[in-house]
Amino acid sequence: MDETNIQSNTAEKLQAFFKKNKGVLTSGDPPYLVQLRNQAFAQFNERGFPHTRLEKWRNTDLSRILDHDFHFPLKPSPLDVDLDEVFRCEVPDFNTRLIPQMNGWFMGSGEKLPNGVIISSMAEAIKKYPELIEKHFGHYADIKNENLTALNTAFFRDGVFIYVPDNIRMEQPVQMVDLVNSGRTIFIQVRNLIVLGKNSSMSLVQCDDSIDNNVGFNNTVTEVYMDENSTLDHYKLQNKNNESALTNSTYFHLEKGANLSTNAISLNGGLIRNETQVRLNGSNSHADVLGLYLMDHEQHIDNQVFIDHAVPHCTSNELFKGILDDHASGVFNGHILVRPDAQQTNAYQNNKNILISDKAVIDTKPFLEIYADDVKCSHGATVGQLDEDARFYLQSRGIGRDNAQMLLMYAFAADIVDKIAIPQLRNRIDDLVKKRLRGELSSCEQCVLHCNSKEQKVAFEIDMSRI
Amino acid sequence: MLSIKNLRASIEGKEILKGINLEVRAGEVHAIMGPNGTGKSTLASVIVGRDIFVIEEGEILFKGKNLIGMPVEERANEGIFLGFQYPVEIPGVSMTNFMRTAINEQRKYRGLDPMPAQEFLNSMEEKKRLLEIHAKLANRSVNEGFSGGEKKKNEIFQMAMLNPELAILDETDSGLDIDALKIVAHGVNTLRRPDNAFIVITHYQRLLEYIVPDFVHVLFDGRIVRSGGKELAFELEDKGYEWIKEAQV
Repeated sequence: MDETNIQSNTAEKLQAFFKKNKGVLTSGDPPYLVQLRNQAFAQFNERGFPHTRLEKWRNTDLSRILDHDFHFPLKPSPLDVDLDEVFRCEVPDFNTRLIPQMNGWFMGSGEKLPNGVIISSMAEAIKKYPELIEKHFGHYADIKNENLTALNTAFFRDGVFIYVPDNIRMEQPVQMVDLVNSGRTIFIQVRNLIVLGKNSSMSLVQCDDSIDNNVGFNNTVTEVYMDENSTLDHYKLQNKNNESALTNSTYFHLEKGANLSTNAISLNGGLIRNETQVRLNGSNSHADVLGLYLMDHEQHIDNQVFIDHAVPHCTSNELFKGILDDHASGVFNGHILVRPDAQQTNAYQNNKNILISDKAVIDTKPFLEIYADDVKCSHGATVGQLDEDARFYLQSRGIGRDNAQMLLMYAFAADIVDKIAIPQLRNRIDDLVKKRLRGELSSCEQCVLHCNSKEQKVAFEIDMSRI
Repeated sequence: MLSIKNLRASIEGKEILKGINLEVRAGEVHAIMGPNGTGKSTLASVIVGRDIFVIEEGEILFKGKNLIGMPVEERANEGIFLGFQYPVEIPGVSMTNFMRTAINEQRKYRGLDPMPAQEFLNSMEEKKRLLEIHAKLANRSVNEGFSGGEKKKNEIFQMAMLNPELAILDETDSGLDIDALKIVAHGVNTLRRPDNAFIVITHYQRLLEYIVPDFVHVLFDGRIVRSGGKELAFELEDKGYEWIKEAQV
């Protein structure tokens, strides 16, 4: 049996499914992984899906999305799309190493580059690189407190494994593109592991797109280990259809001197929840955790950020900005923990929101938990409308009301877009943000790739290009 | 060009303008003076269309068109410019982008094609020289981090770029040192033509030494209580506003 239907009581069905298909799920797993799956399953079995009575889930309700007749694929579904066509990169000058994923499955062929870099399917890596996997897999993701991570750990079938050896700097950005396209209602568990060796560096763009309008639930867990003095420039780009749910849990573990920048850009999606946890485990490590969300209709975005300052002399900087229109809703929960030893911590957090309609809502909550005394921590949160004085100023120069509003929203978002370090990616996102603000971005438009149409320069009624 | 008749305007139920009459013809420079809080800035705001004010009575005609009810941007496109007393900072919108958007919107209103990029850049450079602006504007957000003087110069720079028929300068001299004042005045004087007009709002006579007005009006308690030639400004300088206040009692 390849798959099963899971009725609206999804948790119970999943539990039954696990028991029934345990043999298939764990086939080829080394003993430690079988044990980990069992532990994770026990956790999930005990607590089920997160619900709104939990503090961390108070404002994000999964019950509506769970009330579907899900299929739970055990194998990649037969393809009815032309992969070459779907994944054809049409962005000029943006030469990335592309890792296509379809419904979570790694679609390329695994490879080990001459410099020792490994890019592989997760399922394959478990067999081919047992030591590397055992050393890291499941060490950073939290199955005790995060039910969705437990679910993923018990049920995952595939995902991406990337290993960058010590002292290797990858010049070419790596781009993971996970498309959900099944022709039916599916629930998938995608598991990725990224390991960066000492003094290594990489740019990683992780895209989550839909190419059909079916209901889908993508529960992805990504673990990232950054060894001493490694650098990661990481982007999450999310453009999903309004029927989809994406729960994305990313666990970063930073050793001494490691430098992380992660930027979550959410353009569309029925329900998106990004759980981003960063453990600053070695001194002088630094994390920039950034995000931009542009939501409308009934869309829901939830960003949960947990920064764990475990040792002294680390810095973290969080900035999330969002624009919410129509009935869209948003949540930002920023938790900074400074452990007793983590002196000389510098942690900064800010969340800024603009509500365009009076029906849009944002729930923003900073939470600083500080047990050391020699630290600098600050937080701020703003919720407002567009600046009327600024709009009047623009209009007084002849710029129409709508265009003035567009310029101001764009300017608000530019704060985050400008921080994208890869110029071609920045330009591309810039275009996508403009399109999004004009209401011209469809969820089938992929983050950096382009489906079915030639790349066209975004023509604005007002010219917002920079000269 | 501009004809204001018996204009009464209020904000939050409080009447600020209590019957203003003013005629401005092409080629003229009018100065509006008066103590603080008498309605000078309100008058400027009402002419350009700030909607926080309620027009209770009267009319404002610009080139024969009724301005009341006309959207702010349309008034600008018709050729009205306001140099703000407190220019607004707009982080994230570059000066270049802002000016290019504004110019092209105004051109579109007049049925013209967008200004070619090279012509636009040349115009920027020329106007920067006129106002002695040395900063690179391409990457600077509108007014962000500008000093008080830079902001005021930037207003005149925008005026030069947009080339309006009627420019209203609201206390452009406040916060300027004498050198900046001279630069601003030089900019205005260079732009004076027989087919455009200026309304210069100021608290002090000092600016009028450099921008010589054809007419001076004194606004007090929401009315123009005195009008005259440029010598009225000198009289005010000598006698102060107390003289006007006493004359009113």
